[in-house]
Amino acid sequence: DTVPPQVVPGADPSARQLCFAWGPAEVLVCETLFRRAGRSRSPCPSRSPCSSLFWGEGRAGAAARALTGSVAGTGDGAPSSSRVFVVRRDQDIYIHTLRKLFNESHGIFMGLQRSEEELAGKSRKAQLVQVSKNYRSVIRACMEDMHQAAVSTRDPALQGQYSTQVSILSAMELIWNLCEILFVEAATAGPLLLRLLDWVRLHVCDVDSMVREVLSSESPSKHKLFWNVVDVFVLQGRMDEARHLLSKEASANPASMNMYKILDDLMKKMPVPSLGNIQTLTELELKWQHWHEECQRYLQDGTFASNPHMESICKILLGDEDAILEKKELMTTWYHFLVTRLLYSHPTVKPMELRFYAQSSMDLFLGGESSPEPLDMILMAAFEFEMHQVIKECSIVLSHWWFVAHLTDLLDHCKLLQSHNLYFGSNMREFLLLEYASGLFSHHSLWQLGVDYFDHCPEYGRVYLELHIERIPLSTEQKALKVLRICEQRQMHEQVRSICKIMAMKALRNNRLGSALSWSIRAKDAAFATLISDRFLKDYCEKGCFSDLDLIDNLGPSMLLSDRLTFLGKYREFHRLYGEKRFAEAARLLLTLMTAHIAPCSFWMTLLTDALPLLEQKEVIFSAEQTYELMRCLEDLTAGNPDKQKFQDDDVETTKVEMLRLALARNLARVIVKEGTVEGS
Amino acid sequence: AMEDVSAKFVSQKISRTRWRPLPPAALQPPDLFATGSWDNEDNRISIWSVGDLGNTGLNGEYHGEPHLLCDIQHNGDVMDMQFLDQEKIVVASSTGTVTIFRHHQNNQTLSADHRWAKAHYHVDQDTSCGGAACTGVVCNNPEIVTVGEDGRINLFRADQKDAVRTIDNADSSTLHAVTFLRTTEILTVNSIGQLKIWDLRQQRNEPSQIFSLAGDRVPLHCVDRHPNQQHIVATGGQDGMLSIWDIRQGTMPVSLLNAHEAEMWEVHFHPSDPDHLFTCSEDGSLWHWDTSANVSEKPSFLHQGGRSTAYLSHSTMNQSVVSAWLSNDPTKDRMEITNLIPNQTLSVNSLDVLGPCLVYGTDAEAIYVNRQLFA
Repeated sequence: DTVPPQVVPGADPSARQLCFAWGPAEVLVCETLFRRAGRSRSPCPSRSPCSSLFWGEGRAGAAARALTGSVAGTGDGAPSSSRVFVVRRDQDIYIHTLRKLFNESHGIFMGLQRSEEELAGKSRKAQLVQVSKNYRSVIRACMEDMHQAAVSTRDPALQGQYSTQVSILSAMELIWNLCEILFVEAATAGPLLLRLLDWVRLHVCDVDSMVREVLSSESPSKHKLFWNVVDVFVLQGRMDEARHLLSKEASANPASMNMYKILDDLMKKMPVPSLGNIQTLTELELKWQHWHEECQRYLQDGTFASNPHMESICKILLGDEDAILEKKELMTTWYHFLVTRLLYSHPTVKPMELRFYAQSSMDLFLGGESSPEPLDMILMAAFEFEMHQVIKECSIVLSHWWFVAHLTDLLDHCKLLQSHNLYFGSNMREFLLLEYASGLFSHHSLWQLGVDYFDHCPEYGRVYLELHIERIPLSTEQKALKVLRICEQRQMHEQVRSICKIMAMKALRNNRLGSALSWSIRAKDAAFATLISDRFLKDYCEKGCFSDLDLIDNLGPSMLLSDRLTFLGKYREFHRLYGEKRFAEAARLLLTLMTAHIAPCSFWMTLLTDALPLLEQKEVIFSAEQTYELMRCLEDLTAGNPDKQKFQDDDVETTKVEMLRLALARNLARVIVKEGTVEGS
Repeated sequence: AMEDVSAKFVSQKISRTRWRPLPPAALQPPDLFATGSWDNEDNRISIWSVGDLGNTGLNGEYHGEPHLLCDIQHNGDVMDMQFLDQEKIVVASSTGTVTIFRHHQNNQTLSADHRWAKAHYHVDQDTSCGGAACTGVVCNNPEIVTVGEDGRINLFRADQKDAVRTIDNADSSTLHAVTFLRTTEILTVNSIGQLKIWDLRQQRNEPSQIFSLAGDRVPLHCVDRHPNQQHIVATGGQDGMLSIWDIRQGTMPVSLLNAHEAEMWEVHFHPSDPDHLFTCSEDGSLWHWDTSANVSEKPSFLHQGGRSTAYLSHSTMNQSVVSAWLSNDPTKDRMEITNLIPNQTLSVNSLDVLGPCLVYGTDAEAIYVNRQLFA
């Protein structure tokens, strides 16, 4: 993953040293103040002006502001040395239409993971082939959309981009289809050829327009491309269509009727492998040998000598390499040539023999004129059954991980990759899935898909998810809830705490104490709940009334999360009781708050002051025993307080203490009289 | 059945789907719906037509997929959305702004008609930042009520520039959703499991009634009111629980029904057939709650409609019809529930039902239309 210097515009690595910070999905790059070192050792990068780069920025969204393209600059017009560049990988992930591919295939991927080996043998194979076909139909659908987009846009740059994507998608489907035949279905001799024929018919579409043109003309047999189309049909093994066309020509030429009849008969009689195992391979080979000899006879006795077109067709039927190669333009690719060759020379080719024919077909077809391209190499590797080579080449050529990740996963489910372990990480399937999912996480919207892929990476998936999920910006509570749900479902306690804390902090900054408290209750974060409770109490002390009563009155069992929260709830309950004039209950609760040490010491003075109006009520509320306890609380507070000095210095406090002592003494006197009277009576 | 559902992948995560309301006395099923997206760099409001039967493709085949008519960029995540009338849509944004978009049907375009910038905000409305997400909107033309993360309730009129009324700090926790109870009363649900009734005629900035879940105070995310029996209210919570409340009595839900395994994002009674209720969730499921089996066992005269219902006293009506939703033992009353999306993995954020049609949208960037809901 080296970054070519030209992708960082404005930065000049030849003049100044660059520094990097690696993230899971992006690299931050910036120029340092240090000139390019000559002989001296390079200075410690930690002293460079950009040394403070770190990966917490994603959340804050400041430096790591996502921009389309491989490089995004921050800082407007400032000298280049003060810029930070965000270098992204997986650029293609940002192509709008491809999101359809990512989303739809995610569903198929999940289905495949769920389908785990409940079926055995044939039905399992059928299931896997179906999955493979589903993946291909998604590629095709995406290709059609991309094609539509290319056709409908007027922007030539966009059009070019779309067209490139169409050809990439079409190549992906071509490779996938071949892998499906060779690896997933593992077609055996006989059916193998039929599958390869289908494959060629589906993908060699360069001649389709010519076929359409000829077939739709008024008199096809008069068309100058008539014989080309017949040849295309023969080369692709589409015998019925070829015979249909030939019959038209025959009726126009009654003189050569006999010749047509013979060719038609040969084409009709050509033995082909069948999918149902009705005939054995030996039977087929015998029939085929017989038919081959018949063709040979007609060719040798000059039956078709008067018509070079028909003679050439007869030669093709005989598998004459030169005759087939003459139709190079009609086949367009070496793999079409390969399949045609197999059809007319080796119809019962075995999978393991494919490599020889493939190699020689490519050599013959390219004829040293052009060198094979990456696509050719990938297909060749597939014909050679070098699965790992296919995956490796595709990883190098394709600009995102979608293809290799999904194909490898499918092959792994076919139990074809078990033996292969990498010398790093876990196995290849997991490695590629991790890469793909990391790419998704670097995307502004697609990160949700990535979660499920990480879930199915047994070794490192969890760690990756933990690292990535922390970097999702939590723009709204709704989004935070979605991220939280992902973490909670996977028992990622650390991340749950961190998300709730971030949200609680945000709420606190916005003065939304109620929201802040519910976030810390959700995370069971006692320390933070205490902090918020203190804010509530402080507000109360300052304003003399509670805010957010709807929340405090409805804490329920969550009140027990922290001592301070319990106190807040209970203290509010005291106020409610007092407000409802349930003085005895209020008094009892107030006392308990102190004697049971629920109230923090710093709050005792406030509580004792709250007792004043109760002591002054016309009716006696505190019993003698309760009054003694109140007195002890007051003395504990004044005597035991390390800040004793404070009380003596502060006039207001001193007055308060004196008033309390007086009120307590008076209450004691009243209660003694009252209790004495009650006992006496 | 699944084969009646047409799907379209739209390359944006869908947060809201809404049918365009039908003109009064319309007989045909709805044909147009709006969607809003979230969590995209570029969020959009889009208008779709369901591929109607008259719309055949080049080769004469039937195109069932929804077809995009027009769209417009929207600043911020679309948090909620509702049609004000046939052509206006009110949209709540994560930036705190509330916008009325107009759908011009003659040339198929969308335009922003009116905007209340930062109707919801933290600390200070005038600073450059500090917008608070507007989480819910409900319309009763021309009135529009919005709620938000800032615990604020706004009352707007479509034809007035400024808010008619604002209740600051109406709730100390986040308000998640709002709906009309009656023309002058609204219902809100919040993140500490409370359902509150607000009487907008009263000048007091306090709810007229508070209902709440017992125990853990699980946050409530959505609310809907029975279309005919206004005292029956359904809410959906963070734990996926469906709660049915009878706001005439008690302060706790009448029944708690469990189906979803994660946040219930929306709950809707069928507007014309309220024996049916639909809910969708973060867990990727969409449940159809059907109590009509129960109704069919009732005396047949209930179904005749017209004059015969006039003979029923009000209390009889209540007893027999209400029991479907307010019964304490839903199993006994044969409520049938069906998940309409098997094997879905990502969240279904929104759904809407109208006539025989259902539309829903997912985080898997797809919209689905089912036009034979009761087939």
